[in-house]
Amino acid sequence: MSTFVLLTVTGIGLGALYFLIASGLSLIYGLMGVLNFAHGAFLTVGAYAMWFTESKLGGTSIYVRFFLGSLVGLVVGAVFAALVELVLIRPLYRRHIEQVLVTVGLGLATTALIVSIWGNDARPVAAPPWLGRTTTLAGAHIPNDRFVLIVAALVVLIGLNAFLRRTRYGLIIRAGVENRAMVTALGIDVRRAFTLVFAIGGMCAALAGVLSNVYFSTVDPQRGTSLLIFAFIVVVIGGLGSLRGTAIAAVVVGLVQQYANYYASSGLGDLSVVLLLGLVLLARPGGLSRSFT
Amino acid sequence: MAALLSVRDLHVYLGESHILQGIDFDVAEGGVTALLGRNGVGKTTTLRALMGLVDRRGRIELAGDDVTSTATHKIVRRGVGYVPEDRDVFAGLTVDENLRLAERDAEPQYGLVYDLFPELKERGKQLAGTLSGGQQQMVAIARALLNRNRVLLVDEPTKGLAPLLVAEVARVLERISELTTVLLVEQNLGVVQRVARDAIVLDTGRVVHIGPAPELLADTAMVHRMLGVG
Repeated sequence: MSTFVLLTVTGIGLGALYFLIASGLSLIYGLMGVLNFAHGAFLTVGAYAMWFTESKLGGTSIYVRFFLGSLVGLVVGAVFAALVELVLIRPLYRRHIEQVLVTVGLGLATTALIVSIWGNDARPVAAPPWLGRTTTLAGAHIPNDRFVLIVAALVVLIGLNAFLRRTRYGLIIRAGVENRAMVTALGIDVRRAFTLVFAIGGMCAALAGVLSNVYFSTVDPQRGTSLLIFAFIVVVIGGLGSLRGTAIAAVVVGLVQQYANYYASSGLGDLSVVLLLGLVLLARPGGLSRSFT
Repeated sequence: MAALLSVRDLHVYLGESHILQGIDFDVAEGGVTALLGRNGVGKTTTLRALMGLVDRRGRIELAGDDVTSTATHKIVRRGVGYVPEDRDVFAGLTVDENLRLAERDAEPQYGLVYDLFPELKERGKQLAGTLSGGQQQMVAIARALLNRNRVLLVDEPTKGLAPLLVAEVARVLERISELTTVLLVEQNLGVVQRVARDAIVLDTGRVVHIGPAPELLADTAMVHRMLGVG
């Protein structure tokens, strides 16, 4: 029983990490039709900005270093993403093939740049001691960082929902996901919403980067690329452009991965997720969102 | 009468098709000007070109200002309202949200909107996608009426509506024409007869007739030749 609880909470925690990456990816595709293969770079840049800031604040309390590092990571992720939209995506508006090429290129270039500066090896990341301890739940000793991941994802989900439902920009984004041309025909400069969505997506990815530093206790240049694959799977399963579908798909993918790795065979988790993707695409090509939104 | 909207040598290509082949026309201030023609001659494309929703070449002037290369949202902010063919309401937003999204003026004309369409007030919390075609048309027109526009481009507002609703839309168009200039694409000649002062007829991407609407509609042979009806 305790193993099942541990696997479940860990699966949900992993799903929370996927959700943080996939939420921005899904919003960006839903509003702009951009398949952003550079999204992993936002995560990696945020993760490295956090680690770099922490490492430069040696001597101060770990809590201060962790807080400031995380804050810098989020800001850098958001600014980097906004700049990518303004400089690289906007000139290629409606040119989807070129957008894919430029985002793939940017993802590769970012990783290469980080490798050239800090090398290929994983670097240890310090975190407050409480995050490394466990809490006992139904007999299972669950690492506290799993709870932090889940809470962070819930806060992002609730925050994004409130933003989309209660603000004018949220209204513009929801309308833009349905019919971008008609939004502009109402006199709204939808490009500002594009930049904002990129910045929000970048910040969420950077938050995933910061929390992945805690989850893995290290940072490495391939982090964004490896997690992006699962984020894309989550977005496709959840339904492109659907936040609720993305959240549900993220939890399902995290759980399937954990259960398959433990109950079937170690390493089968990734394969199970790909099989799940295939099944969903066969049964419901538009993703789960059709049934949930 | 001074032209509020002036179109010169307007060309639009959609893929390989040369949809608008250098059209010229003026829309005078006030009243309704009907843009007529058979299916597929470029009426909707003309409105979309005026709105900047398709790539276009030529010259479009709004009250003397060249807006040919102006972005769609800036054209709208200069006082151009648009009611698209097929309504294009945001199905996942409520009626209230659809209207709120369209607000541009500091004081949106909700009084006028609810006076014309009292039903929209009652259905404010309903998702626009669950409305009937007629109700969706009300939302589409209401969005354009919320702001004080200099000209409204209205694309087939009676398309697919029951006869009772067609009469209702015609009544609304009459009322709107007292407030602003309207460029109306419409297939229902009864509605055109009721509301339009001037008529422009397109055929295969070219303007083939410009003149008073009553004169055109009174000439059965011309209507048959140009519009294929009557």
